[in-house]
Amino acid sequence: MADLVSRSLPLAGFHGGSATVRLEAAPPAERLSLRVRPEDVGALSGALGLDLPTKPKTSVSANGRTALWLGPDEWLVIGDVNGGLMQAAANSGTPHSAVDVSHRNTAILVSGPGAANAINAGCPQDLSLKAFPVGACSRTIFGKVEIVLLRTAEDAFRVEVWRSFSDYAFGLLSEGARDASAAV
Amino acid sequence: MLLIHCPYCEEDRSELEFRWAGEAHIARPENIAAITDEEFAEYFFLRNNEKGLTYERWRHIHGCGRFFNAARDTVSDKFLMTYKAGLPKQPIPTAEQAAAIAEEKTVETWEATEGDAR
Repeated sequence: MADLVSRSLPLAGFHGGSATVRLEAAPPAERLSLRVRPEDVGALSGALGLDLPTKPKTSVSANGRTALWLGPDEWLVIGDVNGGLMQAAANSGTPHSAVDVSHRNTAILVSGPGAANAINAGCPQDLSLKAFPVGACSRTIFGKVEIVLLRTAEDAFRVEVWRSFSDYAFGLLSEGARDASAAV
Repeated sequence: MLLIHCPYCEEDRSELEFRWAGEAHIARPENIAAITDEEFAEYFFLRNNEKGLTYERWRHIHGCGRFFNAARDTVSDKFLMTYKAGLPKQPIPTAEQAAAIAEEKTVETWEATEGDAR
């Protein structure tokens, strides 16, 4: 049997940052764009092994999976590669829409004391810990592209971006990182 | 930056995350095949384009993705309130809001600001 061609990440080999911000491409992940009616949220939560958050701007992590609230009936679920997210959703036995977007998105990990400032270079959201605590997530805009932002720690963020926009997002983050360290 | 309150995200967000989506509360005729061309044109093409208080649909396109309704003053660009899609037209809390709009409408004229500069 022929070996499967391994797919390279759109941001493979990219590295950047500044004195206060570290930028790196996130390792590959499995991603699910999930739409569920309110009455079926319980069944899907059971099937996926984590409670889908129903409060705006919140995320829930369990069993190596993270569910991000995007809209009143919409979530982005991120898990390990080959973690069987699609199969788990299918096993729920309730009507829902699950689309595998593992390769539509790629992610940039932004960390360091200047991380919030670097993202704020192109993102209008309030990223103070009060308004955007650890675990908060939101679909928002970054410069000219749409991103999904997740705060993974006090000074660390995960920026989910469409793969064809990732070059732009990384470039703008690099600029923001430079400005963030200059401001300190 | 103009902040708009999204009734689904329950938060004020930047206008950059939103898109305007036309006049609100335009109901599709019950039996669209039975109406005349004029009535169809009225429903489909003609909009009031009011100056002042208008009810509009907006979409939080780079956020939760939801459509909602907003009452906006087109002169001052002030959002008076927003509410979820599907709700009937909401009344504006009149007294204080009217005063707020009146304040916003104050236009700086040359006579008012520079007229007595000699």
